[in-house]
Amino acid sequence: MSIDLTDIQLSNAQIAWRAAQDIEDGAYVNLGIGFPEMVARFQPKGHEAIFHTENGVLDFGRAPEPGQEDWDCINAGKKAITTRPGTAFFHHADSFAMVRGGHLDVAILGAYQVAQTGDLANWSTGKGGVPAVGGAMDLVHGAKRVAVLTDHVTKKGQPKLVDKCTLPLTGVGCVTRVYTSLAVIDVEDGVFVLREKVPGISLSDLQSLTGGELKEASKVGDLICPEDL
Amino acid sequence: MDKTVASLAEAVADIPDGATVMIGGFGGSGAPIELIHALIDQGAKDLTIINNNAGNGHVGIAALIEQGRVAKMICSFPRSADPRVFTERYLDGRIALELVPQGTLAERIRAGGAGIPAFYTPTSYGTELAEGKPVETFEGRPYVQERWLKADFALLKAEEADPHGNLTYRMAARNFNPLMATAAATTVVQASRIVPLGGIDPEQVITPGIFVNRIVQVANPAQEEELNRAEAVYP
Repeated sequence: MSIDLTDIQLSNAQIAWRAAQDIEDGAYVNLGIGFPEMVARFQPKGHEAIFHTENGVLDFGRAPEPGQEDWDCINAGKKAITTRPGTAFFHHADSFAMVRGGHLDVAILGAYQVAQTGDLANWSTGKGGVPAVGGAMDLVHGAKRVAVLTDHVTKKGQPKLVDKCTLPLTGVGCVTRVYTSLAVIDVEDGVFVLREKVPGISLSDLQSLTGGELKEASKVGDLICPEDL
Repeated sequence: MDKTVASLAEAVADIPDGATVMIGGFGGSGAPIELIHALIDQGAKDLTIINNNAGNGHVGIAALIEQGRVAKMICSFPRSADPRVFTERYLDGRIALELVPQGTLAERIRAGGAGIPAFYTPTSYGTELAEGKPVETFEGRPYVQERWLKADFALLKAEEADPHGNLTYRMAARNFNPLMATAAATTVVQASRIVPLGGIDPEQVITPGIFVNRIVQVANPAQEEELNRAEAVYP
């Protein structure tokens, strides 16, 4: 695999931007800690999603200025957030009722591996150390759409979209769509269905960088994101 | 009826060696730092601690672990900005860990407080955290059986308490506190303010006093995050 992706792959911000375009106005959304949090910045004009953070806050405001933090008001990543008109606080059992009970429209997560069956591995590299799962295994169940943001391949060039996950699973058959640095891919009936790809890569090269079978949708769109993100 | 006790030391005096103790909080928010430090001073050991995390820095739960008092942690995310105290002991085999998905941890505590011995959840199905647990199919989907979680004591942090133990919480510091209040044989609460009966609007009560055994006032409680930024160490 000697395909040079440097000039054609999307940045994390561009991947987050693309995912944000699919969030409906008024959707209830949980963004995973880290990279997926960027999605909140790129909501289309006129769209206003309501964000849930699993430690017990709905519809929170932006991060406070340094020095203005109130450490009773944090998100699941333990970063300071703020309230705004509409904010609600609730306890953990209510928070995870929102998650498992099907009340969220979208959950957007990171991934180590996604299988063509929709299995997700994103909590453990299986290498020992201290295991930590947090809410990852809960968040993959219950949201109407479970989307993953990820580079298409690992830093060593190995596919992250695979026929079967080799790392410890977070959930079985849970992922519905994957936004990668090269493509937008749905998981349907046990196969990867290619919806969009960056213009700079051929279908055969994209297939060679994908571990599972990549089926073309009837129309494969160009994945074009703003350059200046 | 007045559940107020005069001191932190009195509030935790009867926690025995080997007790299972739920401690409220998510990271530092809602963590009853003063009650945890009183437990350190009190000396109980071989404790099983139930919390979302496993301590951060050298205060609160991390300090309890560092003093060698904790035999086992039941938690979802034993990592933090500075998790060294737990990490070193876990990797040396000096502390046991039961890792529980966060929502399952919350629901097991809720079930414990509600008299529900077991329930089914989709969470963890097909993963290593479901190994050995019964699985049932409902409406075509597989679910994992989980058991209730109860404790001998709960140490919690509230914003306001009245003498009957009715409680309010502050912002996201609510987190696990109302659940744990229901699931311990003895629930001990530190509150920033103890107000007279009638001082809390009944519509605003989050935890009704029936779940609470002792309250102690700690005005201006410490925040774990601020203690860690100041590199505090307890004791």
